[in-house]
Amino acid sequence: MSVRALFLCPNLQISSTTMTWKHIFTSSIGKKLVMGLSGLFLITFLIIHAGVNACIWAFDHGEMFNKAAHFMGSTVVVRIIEIGLFAGFFVHIIQGYVLEVQNRSTRKIGYEVKMGNKGSKWYSRSMGLLGTLILLFLILHIYHFWTPSRLGGLWNIKPLQPVSYEGGKEIHNLYAEMIAVFSDNLLVVVIYILGCISLAFHLLHGFQSAFRTLGLHNQKFVPLVKGTGAAFAIIVSVVFALMPISIYLKWVD
Amino acid sequence: MEHYTMNLTLKVWRQKNKNDRGGFITYKVKDISSEMSFLEMFDVLNERLIEESEEPIAFDHDCREGICGMCSMYINGRPHGPWEGTTTCQLHMRAFKDGDTIVVEPWRANSFPVIKDLIVDRTSFDRIIQAGGFISVNTGNAVDGNSIPIEKAKADDSFAAAACIGCGACVAACKNSSAMLFVSAKVSHLALLPQGEPEKKTRVLNMIAQMDKEGFGGCTNTGACEAVCPKEISLDNIARLNQEFIGASVKTGK
Amino acid sequence: MLNSKIPAGPLENKWKNYKATCKLVNPANKRKMEIIVVGTGLAGASAAASLGELGYKVKAYCFQDSPRRAHSIAAQGGINAAKNYQNDGDSVFRLFYDTIKGGDYRSREGNVYRLAEVSASIIDQCVAQGVPFAREYGGLLSNRSFGGTQVQRTFYAAGQTGQQLLIGAYQALERQVALGNVTMYSRHEMLDLVTIDGKARGIICRNLITGELERHFGHAVLLCSGGYGNVFYLSTNAMGCNVTAAWKAHKKGAYFGNPCFTQIHPTCIPVTGDHQSKLTLMSESLRNDGRIWVPKKQGDSRKAKDIPEDERDYYLERRYPAFGNLVPRDVASRAAKERCDAGYGVGSSRQAVFLDYAAAIERYGKIEAGKQAMDHADHDTIVKMGKDVVKEKYGNLFDMYEKITGENPYEVPMRIYPAVHYTMGGLWVNYELMTNIPGLYCLGEANFSDHGANRLGASALMQGLADGYFVIPYTIGNYLADEIRTAAIPTDHPAFAETENKVKDRINSLMNIKGNRSVESFHKRLGKIMWDKCGMARNAQGLKEAVEEIRALKNEFWSDVKIPGGINELNPELDKANRVADFIELGELMCLDALDRNESCGGHFREEFQTEEGEALRQDDKYMFVSAWEYKGDNKWDLHKEELNYEVVKPSQRSYK
Repeated sequence: MSVRALFLCPNLQISSTTMTWKHIFTSSIGKKLVMGLSGLFLITFLIIHAGVNACIWAFDHGEMFNKAAHFMGSTVVVRIIEIGLFAGFFVHIIQGYVLEVQNRSTRKIGYEVKMGNKGSKWYSRSMGLLGTLILLFLILHIYHFWTPSRLGGLWNIKPLQPVSYEGGKEIHNLYAEMIAVFSDNLLVVVIYILGCISLAFHLLHGFQSAFRTLGLHNQKFVPLVKGTGAAFAIIVSVVFALMPISIYLKWVD
Repeated sequence: MEHYTMNLTLKVWRQKNKNDRGGFITYKVKDISSEMSFLEMFDVLNERLIEESEEPIAFDHDCREGICGMCSMYINGRPHGPWEGTTTCQLHMRAFKDGDTIVVEPWRANSFPVIKDLIVDRTSFDRIIQAGGFISVNTGNAVDGNSIPIEKAKADDSFAAAACIGCGACVAACKNSSAMLFVSAKVSHLALLPQGEPEKKTRVLNMIAQMDKEGFGGCTNTGACEAVCPKEISLDNIARLNQEFIGASVKTGK
Repeated sequence: MLNSKIPAGPLENKWKNYKATCKLVNPANKRKMEIIVVGTGLAGASAAASLGELGYKVKAYCFQDSPRRAHSIAAQGGINAAKNYQNDGDSVFRLFYDTIKGGDYRSREGNVYRLAEVSASIIDQCVAQGVPFAREYGGLLSNRSFGGTQVQRTFYAAGQTGQQLLIGAYQALERQVALGNVTMYSRHEMLDLVTIDGKARGIICRNLITGELERHFGHAVLLCSGGYGNVFYLSTNAMGCNVTAAWKAHKKGAYFGNPCFTQIHPTCIPVTGDHQSKLTLMSESLRNDGRIWVPKKQGDSRKAKDIPEDERDYYLERRYPAFGNLVPRDVASRAAKERCDAGYGVGSSRQAVFLDYAAAIERYGKIEAGKQAMDHADHDTIVKMGKDVVKEKYGNLFDMYEKITGENPYEVPMRIYPAVHYTMGGLWVNYELMTNIPGLYCLGEANFSDHGANRLGASALMQGLADGYFVIPYTIGNYLADEIRTAAIPTDHPAFAETENKVKDRINSLMNIKGNRSVESFHKRLGKIMWDKCGMARNAQGLKEAVEEIRALKNEFWSDVKIPGGINELNPELDKANRVADFIELGELMCLDALDRNESCGGHFREEFQTEEGEALRQDDKYMFVSAWEYKGDNKWDLHKEELNYEVVKPSQRSYK
C-alpha cells in the first residue's frame, strides 16, 4: 500500500455522536447547502425588490413607488431584515468564491479538448462568472441608490431630494433620483440590462439547483420547480430591466 | 449497415509513469474497419507499435462488454466518447469517419492520478465504499429473503442506482471533479432498501467525509455527470443524497 | 489415491453431519491465522469477506484496479435457488437432480447436493446485503424460468444479476477492509505458489504497477481465479481472465480436473474480422421467442428479407421437433456449427445464423390487438404493437446488439454464432474444496467440482457464492485447526526465496527472447488451434494434430516472442506474455484430456462417439470418472481417476427429438 493510500484510509470517523455543526458546514454538501439557503433567501429579496420596482408603472409620477421605498427604508423590522440581507449577500458571495477556488483546484491538469456544452449548460458552469457580473452591477447599483437613500447627509454624501404627498411627512424622492440616473445615460442603462441578463442566467440555474441541494428529487416536483425557476428568472430579470428602459424611453415620467 | 474503412489521426496522451510530465503523441492509423470497437482500434495500433519496437499504449480495459467499469478514455472532449449511455469498450468505429482526428486523454482529476499513459488510479472509489458503502451483515445472519416485502417502485429505483459500474466518468466530466454521482448512487441504492435503513445516517456522513478527504470537488448540479454516465444514473440520486445528508446531520451528533 | 472425502451417510445428511463434526478454530487462534485469497470474483470476494468476518487475517489479491471489476460482474441471466417461492414443486432434491442431469452425469452427487442445499441461504444473504433483486408488485422476490428447467427458480436483477451479486460481495469485502480484517492488494497478480513441507504456505505475486515481485505468507491459500476460456483467444470472458494462478498451482503438484470440459454458448454476437478481441453474449432467454434459421441454398448472399419463407431452413425446428429452438446449449451450438461448416452460414464471415424475431413480433402484435379489441388492425399496426411488446421484454439486449453491430434487430434478424463461455474443468478439489496440496483450496469456476460436463444456466453464480459464503468458512477450519501451532513463517524462508527466483528467471527469460512476434499473435494462433480442433466438436486425429501444433507453437513462443518495455514498470505486454505462456501449456493438456476421453458428454463432443442421429453418446461403463491430471514435467502428465458413484440418481441418455 502506498503512503498516499495509507494516509487516505477511511477510519469510520463519524459515529452517531460526533457529527457537529462544524462537520456539517465544512463538508462538501454543507458548503453547497450554505449556497443554496443563502441563494433562496436572496431570491425572496428579489421578489420584494421587484414588487417595489413595479410601483413605477402606477403612472402616478412615482408616488406609490416613493411611498413603498419609504416604507422599506423606515420600518424597523425591514431595516433589521436588511442587515440579514447584507449578511446573506456576504455569505453567498464569499462562500461562492471559496467554492469556486476549491472546485477549480481539483483538476490541476486540464483537458486538451474541453467538454464544453456536451452534457451541461454554459450558464450552469459559469455561476462564478455570472455572480461576479452581478456583484459588479450590485456595487454600481448600491452606489446609485442605496448609498444616497440610507447614508445621504453623512460624510458628504449627497442626500436625496425630499418630497411629500398630500401634505404628509417629507420622504425621499427616490423616483426623481432614478429619473436622474437613467433618463440620459445610455451607458448606465446598458450596464443595468447586462446585470439583469446575468441575473437571469444565474437564477435559471441557481433557483432549481438550490432546491436540488435541499434534496428535491421527487419527479413530480422536479419539473415543477424547474419550470417555476425558469419563469421566475425571466420575469424578475425582465421587471428589473424594464425599469431603466421605461425611464430611458420615457414610458414613465 | 454498410461497413467502411477509414484512416484516422490519433492524438494520444503518453506518460511513462506517475512522475513523468507526459504529453500528446500523434499516430496515423490506416484501414480501420467501421465494425471494430474503439479498443480494438487501439489493439491494432498497439500491435503496430510493438512491431516497430515502440512501447504500446497502456490503457485500462477488461470485460469489453460495458459492465466491469475498467475502461476509461476521454475521447474528443467526452468521457467514453460520443455515444450516450456507452462505455469506451462498447463504442464502435462507425462513430467516426474517414480522416477524423481523435484526441484521447486519461480521466483528469487530482483524485485520479495518472499511473501510465491512459491508466489512472481509481482506488479512491474503493476507499469511499470502505467508509460506509455497505450493509453490515455478516454471512449467516440473514433472515428469509421474502420476510421483508419491498415496494416495487423503490426496489426498481434502488436497482437503477445500483447499476453504477464505478468507472469514474462522472468525475472526469464534472468541472469540479466531484464524485457526487458515484457516492449518491451507492447511498441511494442502500437507503432505498429497508435492509439499508439501520446504517443510513452514518453511511452517508462517512461516505461524504471520505469523498472530501480524497479531494473530490463539490457538486454544482450542472448535470455533466448524468449526461456521460454509461449506465445513465440519474442526477436525482444526488438530490436524494443531499436529503439523506441533511437529515442525517440534523438528527445525529450534538 | 484420490480421496474426495465425501462424508458417509445419506445424501441429505452429508453436509449437516460434516458441519456438526468438523474441527473448529477458536477466536483467539483465528486472529493468528493468515489466509491468502487470490481473485475477487463471486467466490473470492465472498470467501475473503466471510473469513474476515470470522476473524481470520485475510489478504486478497486481484489483477484489476479494484475487486469490483472481476468478470463475475458480466453474468446476465440470474442465480438459481431452491426456494420454491413459486409453489411449483421445486425442492433441494430437484435442483440437485437437474444439475446432475444437466452436467451429463459427470459430477459428484455429494457436492451437487450441498450446492442445492445452500442455494436458498445465498438468496437470503444477498437480500440482506442489499442486492436489488427483481420484485413483484406485492414486494416479494420475482423468479423466472431459465435454461429449460421445469420450475421457476431463477432470481435475477434485470440483465445484470452478476453485477449486483458481485457488488454485494465486494461491499462486504470492503467493509472487512475498513475493519482491518482484510488487506486488499489490487493490481497484483499471483505468479507462483510457495509450498513448504508439501503444504501451501504462500504466493509470489507481481505488483503490476511497479513490477516488483512480492512474497506473501498464508497458513492457507485460496485460489478463486476463475475459468480459462481465454485459452480459445475469443470467448465471452474478460480480456484479463487467465489460468495462471491455477496453472502455477498445477505445476506445483495440484491435479487438474477434466480440463477438456468447456461450454460453448449458442447465442453470441459473431466475429466480424481479424481485429475481433472478444465476443459478447446475448442472453439465452432470446431463444424463448426467436426462430433460428439459415438459407436453404448454400452461400446465399441475399439479404434476410429477400429470402422467401420457403427458402429458409429452420434447422433446429426441423431436427428437434419436440424442443425446437429451445434445445440445450450444447445441442444448439453444434447444430449451428454444422450448418455453417456445410456452407449455409450468413453474414460477411459466413460464420453466423439468423435469430429472427419477425414471427414473434407479429404474434405478440396480434395478441396485443386482440387485447385491445382491434380486430381489423392492419399489418403495420400489428407490427408496431408487437415491437413494443418485444422491446418491453428484451429491449436492453436489442440495444446492446445494435450498439455492437449497428443493425436494428427489430427490422433485420440478428446474426448469432456460438462462442466459448465457461469452463467446467479446473483444479481438482475434494469435498472440502481442498486440492491435493494440503492448505491449497480452489473455489468457484477455477475448480472442477459441481457442473460435470455441462453447466446449467444460472448455476455459475450459485456455485461461486456457495463456495465462498457457505462452504469454505466451515471446511477451512477443519484444516486450520491443526495449524494453530504453526507461527507465521517469515518470507525470508528459503522456499520463498527459491520460488521468487524462479519467477524472476522466467520473467527475465521472457524479456530476453526479444523475438519478432507479439504476444497477441501467439495467443490468436493458439486460439485458432483450440477452436478448430478442441472446440465444439473434436476427433482423435484433430486432437493429435493439435497437440503437435501446440508444442511447436510453444517452442516458437519461447524463441520468438517480442515483449516491449521493461520489467520494473507497468507492462501489460509482459503480464499478457506470462498468461499466454501458461495458456499454451494448458491447451496441450486440454487436447490430451479430450483425446483420452473416448466418449461424448455435455460440452465434450467427440465425433467418433455419436448416435445415429448425431447426438452425444456417453460411455458410462468406461468413463464414469473424473480425469485428474498430475503434472510431471514438460509435456508430461499422469492421469488419476476419481470414480463417480451414483447412489441416488440413475444416469440416462438425453434426447430432445
